[in-house]
Amino acid sequence: MQINNEFKPKIVAFCCNWCSYAGADLAGNNRLAYPECVNIIRVPCSCRVNPIFILRAFQRGADGVIICGCHPGDCHYTSGNYYTRRRMALLFSMLNYLGIEKERIRLEWVSAAEGAKFAATMNEFTEAVTALGENKRLEDLRCKK
Amino acid sequence: MQKITCESLIEKACELIENGTVSRVIGWKKGEFDYDLTPAVFANADEIKKNFIYNDFSGANFSKYLIKETRKGEGKVLVFLKPCDTYSFNQLLTEHRFDREKVYAVGIPCEGMADIAKVKAAVGDGILKITSEGDELIVENLYGDVNKVKLADVLAERCVNCKSKKHTAYDELMGEDGEILDNNRFDEVEKLENMTEDERFAFWQNELSRCIRCNACRDVCPACTCEKCVFDNPKSGVENKAIADSFEEKMFHIIRAFHVAGRCTDCGECSRVCPQNIPLHLLNRKFIKDINTFYGEYQAGEVEGSRAPLVNYTEEDIEPNDAVKREE
Repeated sequence: MQINNEFKPKIVAFCCNWCSYAGADLAGNNRLAYPECVNIIRVPCSCRVNPIFILRAFQRGADGVIICGCHPGDCHYTSGNYYTRRRMALLFSMLNYLGIEKERIRLEWVSAAEGAKFAATMNEFTEAVTALGENKRLEDLRCKK
Repeated sequence: MQKITCESLIEKACELIENGTVSRVIGWKKGEFDYDLTPAVFANADEIKKNFIYNDFSGANFSKYLIKETRKGEGKVLVFLKPCDTYSFNQLLTEHRFDREKVYAVGIPCEGMADIAKVKAAVGDGILKITSEGDELIVENLYGDVNKVKLADVLAERCVNCKSKKHTAYDELMGEDGEILDNNRFDEVEKLENMTEDERFAFWQNELSRCIRCNACRDVCPACTCEKCVFDNPKSGVENKAIADSFEEKMFHIIRAFHVAGRCTDCGECSRVCPQNIPLHLLNRKFIKDINTFYGEYQAGEVEGSRAPLVNYTEEDIEPNDAVKREE
């Protein structure tokens, strides 16, 4: 998105209800600033994130997608994040194989107690995506306004 | 030329159908031309004698046909399986997709199948008749020319990098069993990996933008057996070919390959049936290669009942952010 000739990325963050979503809450309570362009989508578990969700986020205009889940071993459902880890490793690798910039997509483990990590991660990720510019390689012109 | 002859297969099929072991036979029958053989179901010996064909173009993998065929009627279904087909057969059994009791599988050896696109590239269009003799194909065209090509020169891509001549499942074996082969099937994937991001993007943009979304790759894939498919959903956003841009093809092909990741046996049917000759196996092989590197060697369909890597995990798995090769 261009605002006053300045590029503002659109970031979609899939956050696990049991950890990162609470982590984002904590970041807010502690008055830690993170970019307003981060759109959080709450999911019951990082494992709920179907690869199609990620591609669809890009289709509908996201410039970066980040998935946040519980640290390995801490999953509310015992093992969901382990499956996420395998799936996303393959998906990220495949997206890069197709020539999509690897910095556009990321997975971070953020617990409910890590408000500061959440804010820092979002700041850093937004910066990286801003540096890349608009998402041109996975865009759908029909979804552009 | 194949080691096993069409006549011996017909004889075997007739024998089994006449002595009541099986009630139906899945086999190949002649299509419009000698090279576009069509899968068919035969119900009696007369039909088999009349229409059954086996030659260097019998590429079709019949494993997936068993799902529908075993649910129809009484009695067993006879199926002929080439070594690579047995991997798909095992994989489908692992996923409980058909009843093993209703199938009589006959393993047949395979010398590699010809790719008609390569034959046409070698001798030109207008092919009327193709016969095989020794290690050569004799191609007659409508201008009266007779050309000879070596089978080894026109082998389908998947057969050039054949992964195994060993049958992993059968009730009866015709001919001799082979060995699991060393192959260079990941060479092309590596070549792509060594390109820069921009080059890779250009390569895939060029390949995938040819896609006409006919869904043939999905329909033929023995790993794609969902009865309700995400791509049939009119709200999926990728249900038809977009005129506007290339997002649909990318999404379709990433998701198609992802849905079979860890279950794909690398049978190469997707690339064989693609009317646009898109090298779809390169997407599947990338997943296979990654799975081998990250989670240890795994060949889907080699052992019945083996646990697919994507429904498994260890505590030491690689982090997704590190999975992508960092170029410095």
